[in-house]
Amino acid sequence: MVLLQRPHILLLLIDTHQFLQCWIAFGSANEEGQQQEEFSEELLVKPLPDHKLLAHFHFQSSAPPSTSNGCHHHLFPKAISQLVQKFRVKEMELSFTQGRWNYESWGGFDPISSSNAKPPGVELWAVFDVPQHHIDASWKNLTHTLSGLFCASINFLESTATYSTPEWSFPPASGNVRYGTFPCEAVCTENLTPWLRLLPCRDKAGIALLLDRPSLYRGFYHSQRLHLTSTESSSEGIDSGIILEQTLTVVLQPNSERAIEVHASEKHVQPSWSLSSIFGKQVSGRCVLAKSSSVYLLLDWGLVAELKFPNKENGKSAANGLTSENFWSNPSFELSVNPDRIFLEESSSHSKSLSILYMFQVEKYSESEPFDIGLMWKVPVAWLCQQTPLHASRFFMGSGNERGAIAISLKSTQFTEGFMSANSKDGSCELRVDVFQVVPWYVKVYFHSLRVFVDQQPRAVSDFIEKIHVSPSKDKMSPGVMEVVLKLPCRVNTAALTIEFDKGFLRIDEYPPDANQGFDIPSAIISFPNFHASMVFLEDDSLNRSPLLSKFQEKCPVMSYTEVLLVPLTTPDFSMPYNVSTIKCTVFALYFGSLLNVLQRRVAEEERFLKAKAAKKTGRLPLLLSKLSAKLRGSGINQD
Amino acid sequence: MEKVKKKIGSFSFWNWVTASIIFRLILIYFPKNLNLSSRPEVSTPLTSFRRLAEGYWLKQSFMSPYAGSMYHGSPLLLSLLGPLTINRIEGQPNHLLYSLVSVIADVVSAMLIRATGQNLRLAYLRSLESLDLVKQIEVSEFLFSGDIAALIYLCNPFTIVACVGLSTSPIENMAVILCLYGACSRLIPLAAFGWVIATHLSLYPAILIIPVIFLLGCGPDSPPRKLFLQRHQQKEVLNQSKLPPRFSWGPVIHFAFWAFLWSVYVLVLCGISLKQFGGLWEMFKSTYGFILTVEDLSPNIGVLWYFFAEVFEFFRNFFLIVFHVNILFMILPLAIRLRHRPCYLAFVYVAICSMLKSYPSVGDSALYLGLLGWFVNELADMQFSLFLFCGYVGVSLLSPVMHNLWIWRGTGNANFYFATAMVYACLQIVLVVEGVSAMLNHDRKLRNLITGKPQDAKS
Repeated sequence: MVLLQRPHILLLLIDTHQFLQCWIAFGSANEEGQQQEEFSEELLVKPLPDHKLLAHFHFQSSAPPSTSNGCHHHLFPKAISQLVQKFRVKEMELSFTQGRWNYESWGGFDPISSSNAKPPGVELWAVFDVPQHHIDASWKNLTHTLSGLFCASINFLESTATYSTPEWSFPPASGNVRYGTFPCEAVCTENLTPWLRLLPCRDKAGIALLLDRPSLYRGFYHSQRLHLTSTESSSEGIDSGIILEQTLTVVLQPNSERAIEVHASEKHVQPSWSLSSIFGKQVSGRCVLAKSSSVYLLLDWGLVAELKFPNKENGKSAANGLTSENFWSNPSFELSVNPDRIFLEESSSHSKSLSILYMFQVEKYSESEPFDIGLMWKVPVAWLCQQTPLHASRFFMGSGNERGAIAISLKSTQFTEGFMSANSKDGSCELRVDVFQVVPWYVKVYFHSLRVFVDQQPRAVSDFIEKIHVSPSKDKMSPGVMEVVLKLPCRVNTAALTIEFDKGFLRIDEYPPDANQGFDIPSAIISFPNFHASMVFLEDDSLNRSPLLSKFQEKCPVMSYTEVLLVPLTTPDFSMPYNVSTIKCTVFALYFGSLLNVLQRRVAEEERFLKAKAAKKTGRLPLLLSKLSAKLRGSGINQD
Repeated sequence: MEKVKKKIGSFSFWNWVTASIIFRLILIYFPKNLNLSSRPEVSTPLTSFRRLAEGYWLKQSFMSPYAGSMYHGSPLLLSLLGPLTINRIEGQPNHLLYSLVSVIADVVSAMLIRATGQNLRLAYLRSLESLDLVKQIEVSEFLFSGDIAALIYLCNPFTIVACVGLSTSPIENMAVILCLYGACSRLIPLAAFGWVIATHLSLYPAILIIPVIFLLGCGPDSPPRKLFLQRHQQKEVLNQSKLPPRFSWGPVIHFAFWAFLWSVYVLVLCGISLKQFGGLWEMFKSTYGFILTVEDLSPNIGVLWYFFAEVFEFFRNFFLIVFHVNILFMILPLAIRLRHRPCYLAFVYVAICSMLKSYPSVGDSALYLGLLGWFVNELADMQFSLFLFCGYVGVSLLSPVMHNLWIWRGTGNANFYFATAMVYACLQIVLVVEGVSAMLNHDRKLRNLITGKPQDAKS
């Protein structure tokens, strides 16, 4: 009987599985009104000029607004939807980063770097859809929830001294934003595992299979990010729709064996790589729950300009053909897999050249025939990524543990020169730079000491600062926030902002266990609101657009983060609390006792007493003693 | 002969005054004020010039000056001195105008000290005359205590450093001296004004109300009233006119009225200047509240900062109460014992406050050292004066060195600097205790002279 039943169950299982797959595949299109939850997985690989490789994983889950769902979801992570509903989060971004994005060689003017280059440690901002006076309570709860969800010390952002309320310089401009960073958080695999748990296939299938921990954490830069937006619920009783975007950006060094063997002349040849050589794994088919699953290879326009495609002039016409072999079999490199589609960038501000995007569908591959692209370079190429209009860096000035100054310096890059030449027709060309800086309370900033240096000349603050918003720090209560809008002339070479501060002195229990290591000052955010990083690729069917590419099309202002600064603070002697208390109290007792003694002393009476004592040579004490001894002797005799 | 001596004395007095003013002006012209304005000895969170400038900047940009934890001074100072932090004359050092104000404040204080000192000296001579002790105590050898006090105040390195270091303590000191001067010369509205302003600026001078009441009620310092009675009993003629006046409530009530008037005036002014930013409550919280809760733990020459940096949070409130009550505890015993010498009582109170206050600076020490000059004649027999002098010199040399070792070089640690602060506190304790004891002994000496006892009452 049991034997008979088994195939049945197996059949049933296969059936349901197939049905489920079909059902998911149809999900988005089958009904007009009721949309289904969707999940898509994408990976973008981009060679970087300094022989490194950028891998950008993009997973997007979306839950449409619905009445029926309630707390029940098919694909969408339940933890996130509960969090959104409970704290009424409108928009939120959480990032865990290790390493620093190298703006000079990895670029700063493309969608990836402006939205995925993050400051080291944890950064969290959230916009709440609650009344003003409830925001702080929501923020506190949110930090605790996220802390539990991601096994990180996000709960330190709970105290009012660590988070701030940006007024207008922070991109999602609105009064309900809370922004907090925790630069000293060490990001590791314990944070990645809960992040992967939010994916429907985790790291068991699909592109996430590539996320091999040792190779990820060996990288130069690693940033895992979680961005969620909840769409406004149109009517009562309908839960808001949520779009959850999980990205993981890694910069890796492809360790090609050939690089060791090459001759000195071939030193500049970019290392050849393949997915299996970088990650040590291959993609064996897509995650069955994903609507789309694709891998992209992006060649930067700077690189494309160097490669000299044979038919560069009629590139657009070739792009329409899409199968043109010219784009993937090039004298300078070779792809191991033929791309399924090729996208050309639609238009660009620089107009020198156009970026090329190769697309590979993972659906076609299976476990027997795993997907693994490789890029083999034949000729040395050198190119530059497009940089931010001004390169920002931040440093300390001064020495000692009493005071100092923070300087934010902006240097023009090769971009500004091009921009300047383009806009040189009208003389009044201005470059707007927004600076957002949070300083913890123990760095006591003197806002009146703000100085502006343009081309190394001290200039009047009012000439270049168009708008400034300051919220000074309160001891142990709130950090200092400075938001500045700078209007610089386009032909500026260098600009610098300096501001002086005094270092605070903390109580012994406010120091962390490693007090002499110093304290971190979170990165400043430098954004260029007049410049938007977007990449629009020619696509024929806009309906079936991939989330990654539509993300690229969004106009996001160019942003860059400065370095995290480490400020050493003076430490008291941690072994002294008892000594200090006792010494201090002794001094007080000395003061109190001796002064009181002087005040109540009656010299005349003392003299009289001394005289009386001198007169009666036999003092009272000997008398008493003799009496006592006599008594003792007497009693002793009695007892005997 | 005496006239010539006096002339020479006054001539050299003015020489010294001009010399000290010129010295200040020279120091002001040094670039960046020799970095004195950021020394912990000179500028505390309450008196710092940079914090004043920050408060003024915040106010100019339509924010409450108390918005951050930077400024903790009075809003009136902000309106009066604030513009001087920005106004500058072309080609001159940045804070020239502000420094000139401090120099003027110092000179005015010195002149008021001189006038008060002369007043006190006259009162002392008058009382000696009425006690018929003029012959026994060589009055001709009496020093001009007013001149001496003024010169001590003007030429004291502490005063000079506080003045050149752009702290607000010259102005606070001037208010205190104004109060004492007004009370000594019976200018009741002036005394009330000085007292209200001094209290408004730094809270601690509030306890000076007791010496001021005694001054107004019984007149300036004199030997105890009992001595006069004894003297007249000996002579068996009770000459009422020669007795010091009994305590009269009239001027005190007058003072109370004026003090009330001035405080209402000051509060109204503060209220107007803070109307759009949180009002008076915020002002009290961040000035008096800041003084009383010792929130800022940056090192200074006092002893509270390290204590509260080290003490366990649980005991913080307890110790705050203990240390503040310590000041109040001594008020009553001192007032009882020294009620016949209100100016000396004021000196002792000022010294105790500058020793136990939460954010002491050398400016506070400068004030009580200047006032000490009033009593050179009475305190001639004070013990340990050389030891105290050497101690003050030693501490003022060692303390910057220890601070440098700890903060700038990182080779020393906080205990080094704290040790000098402890020594400084001990020196001040010895000064106060010995000073009080010497004054009481002086009274005993006078009594012994009257009753004809031999002079062995020194203890």
